[in-house]
Amino acid sequence: MLEHDVLVIGAGLAGMRAAIAARAGGATTAIISKVHPVRSHSNAAQGGINAALTDRGDEWEDHAYDTVKGSDFLGDQDAIEVMCKAAGQALIDMEHFGVTFNRDDEGRLGTRAFGGQRRARTFFVGDFTGQALLHVMFEQLIKSGVRRYEEWFVSSLIIEDGKVCGVMALEVRTGQIYAIRAKTVIFCTGGFGRVFEPSTNALICTGDGIALAYNAGAELMDMEMVQYHPTTLAGSGVLISEAARGEGAYLLDKDGNRFMEKYAPNMMELASRDVVSRAEQTEINAGNGIDGCVHLDCRHLGEALIMEKLSQIREIGIDLVGADMIKEPIPIRPGMHYAMGGIRTNVDGQTNLEGVYAAGECACVSVHGGNRLGANSLLDTIVFGERSGKHAAEASRGADYVEFDVNKAVRNEEKRIQELLDRPQNGDRIAAVRLGMGESMNRNLAVYRNEEGMKETLNDLKGLQERYKTVPVDNKGKIFNTDLVFGLELGFMLDCATPIAMSALDRKDSRGAQARTDYPDRDDENWMKHLVIKKGAAGPELSYAPVSITQWTPEERKY
Amino acid sequence: MDVTLKVQRFDPEAADPKPYWENFQVSIEDNGTVLDALIKVREDNDGSFSLRCSCRSSICGSCAVRINGHAGLACKTQAQKVIKDGVITVEPAGNMPVVKDLVVNFDGFWDKVMEVEPYLKPEGPEPEAEYIASNDAMLHLSGVTACIMCGACYSDCTVLEVDPTFLGPAALAKAYRFTADPRDGDENGVSRDRLEQLNKPTGMWDCTRCMECVTACPKGVAPMDRIMALRDQALEAGFHNTNGARHTEAFSDSVEHSGWLDELRLVPKSLGMTNVSALVGYAPIAIQAITHGKMPPIIHKKLPDSKNVRKLFDKVQGPKQR
Repeated sequence: MLEHDVLVIGAGLAGMRAAIAARAGGATTAIISKVHPVRSHSNAAQGGINAALTDRGDEWEDHAYDTVKGSDFLGDQDAIEVMCKAAGQALIDMEHFGVTFNRDDEGRLGTRAFGGQRRARTFFVGDFTGQALLHVMFEQLIKSGVRRYEEWFVSSLIIEDGKVCGVMALEVRTGQIYAIRAKTVIFCTGGFGRVFEPSTNALICTGDGIALAYNAGAELMDMEMVQYHPTTLAGSGVLISEAARGEGAYLLDKDGNRFMEKYAPNMMELASRDVVSRAEQTEINAGNGIDGCVHLDCRHLGEALIMEKLSQIREIGIDLVGADMIKEPIPIRPGMHYAMGGIRTNVDGQTNLEGVYAAGECACVSVHGGNRLGANSLLDTIVFGERSGKHAAEASRGADYVEFDVNKAVRNEEKRIQELLDRPQNGDRIAAVRLGMGESMNRNLAVYRNEEGMKETLNDLKGLQERYKTVPVDNKGKIFNTDLVFGLELGFMLDCATPIAMSALDRKDSRGAQARTDYPDRDDENWMKHLVIKKGAAGPELSYAPVSITQWTPEERKY
Repeated sequence: MDVTLKVQRFDPEAADPKPYWENFQVSIEDNGTVLDALIKVREDNDGSFSLRCSCRSSICGSCAVRINGHAGLACKTQAQKVIKDGVITVEPAGNMPVVKDLVVNFDGFWDKVMEVEPYLKPEGPEPEAEYIASNDAMLHLSGVTACIMCGACYSDCTVLEVDPTFLGPAALAKAYRFTADPRDGDENGVSRDRLEQLNKPTGMWDCTRCMECVTACPKGVAPMDRIMALRDQALEAGFHNTNGARHTEAFSDSVEHSGWLDELRLVPKSLGMTNVSALVGYAPIAIQAITHGKMPPIIHKKLPDSKNVRKLFDKVQGPKQR
């Protein structure tokens, strides 16, 4: 029998940090991931990680205020305080683990400016900070001796009487189904980017953990808050780091004007992401773009700086659109990037289900509120990953496994999967259903939203849910059946899509990433609150939760 | 753009599992990548076609395959740059067993990474704040930590083809990432224990410098250069007692002294003059060399202008006391 005190699902930064902390807390710990840990999407974070280091004159309160303001005052201030206070030590821990951060002239950690912040407090490794951190975290995971299930796909969460028992998982390499018992389960499964098309997110970002938790009765929060990043590449929509603007790049319209003057005269290109994305979309809609894009111009930064600090995004531009940013501007546009919402947790990662935790992008603590600041996501993963791991280790000490009928659970899961494999061909395809969902979401739940569009998408989703019930899986085999994995992932994505669209439709104001043309203003009187969504007997049930305000009174946001 | 993808397939559950070729016609954007084409096959033609891929932007390291015979990331390779007469050939990465279609088993690759104890091991106490280090030192290391463990170098390593026990380019580059880190090892940043381990057979001296890993690496890590740097570190740390170290020193001494290579003395100097059993092992090769007229001259004469060669040495190393 496979059993562990703490089972972490997902091996990105949050997951590995949680597992290391749980192991250090004395718990028998395992980590399970559908891909090898270093393939996780934390890799894609490019620009850096925020922290206020007091020994260079920064204060955590300043970082916290920038974060609160960035969140459009929807972030919970008590949670933001926890994160910003912990940031300095979290950063130094990562440096001690071996991250090769860029340095200043004195050999200390160097910083760069980032959006929505009044001072440079973003620490970085070139323009691949996420990858640098992820690989070092994997090194520490190896050292910790945590048991790893690599390329295992969690297909169900098992809950009895509101308490977690474990998970069902598919070993992708063999096609075997296993039950894994656990006293506590920590979801660190990342975001749901692939619900949208296009998205900066990797193909693995399919909202698995959010869907698994939601289906088991966990509350989701702020699901309407979907960040559109201002600089995603034309075509494929892959990410071009905010680091480019942090280092001084311009955004230009078709006539070469820095249009951000009109929208954020002080911060210009470094206003918060929601502000910049709206500005770009407004210009594009007004006919001032170039083929549905605007230009990101780095030429004046010079070759030396680009090669030292932005070399990887330069390569991406050359590889994917044939444009060298040293010599020419590159075409970019706002694109779906990050889920501020997710599984509702407290600052220790606990959800409303006993023994179930969440951390990282799949969780909503909420530290990002309506809009996440660049370089706060890496920080979020490390701080709340560690806190969840510690808490779960403590909670599982002395606790017993919750009994369940393992053989029956395995039989049921095998039967469910066999039914999926046995579906007859009907001309439909998994990819076609996903594309239908992604395009509808991107049409109606993007930078600007309105009631008519969101209702259209909710209707589209009903039709797609019906198609999902019969969509065939081509591959009938057991060994490395990626087609089966895509089939299961598509189900998870559809489970995420409806709560996103329902929450967005319910929120009748514009705040952070949600900009409604039919309710264009922020309405603090009625909508300074979180939207919580939970699966009820008759379908999703919406409710509201208060926003924690400790020391910063909501005010109008200007950059 | 229309592409014919000639793909190597393998179904381990077939009645008689054998690799076979299959052609797919797909249409992609003009600046589309090989990965775009492979995904088209999977999504539109045949869902049973398996490959690993995720980020689409050369950072997750999932999609290393052989394209027209050479390893690279499918997501970093523009189709129009590799298409020949309308065809692109794609095979699984080499030097690893195939699991299914383009999916290979990375166990051996990771086992070797584990062998180099891939985590920072400072011997002194940690400072309270960050370690102080120069930006240049960190930028140099970042050139190595940019490795995404995709296995492209491992796939095309010609030593691994004949000797599967070789640690390989990725694991050795990973090792160098620590030996070159001023935070690892003793107070001077010297990682003696690591160098001692890497000095053993299957380690740094087994690379034949064929350059394939440098060509294959999609991230500019240049693993072979890191392996050469490991050798320098080992010699500097005083590890002279290996065939590789002796070979390097004998080679260099000979050229510095005479301007050219004294092949006759290179072998005994590399193996160690007292290493009789190894020397006897070379006897058949020596006999063959003699019978084929390939015996190097017994008296090794200096080249007439060997002084100029010595000048080159002086220029690189600084003049020696002679």
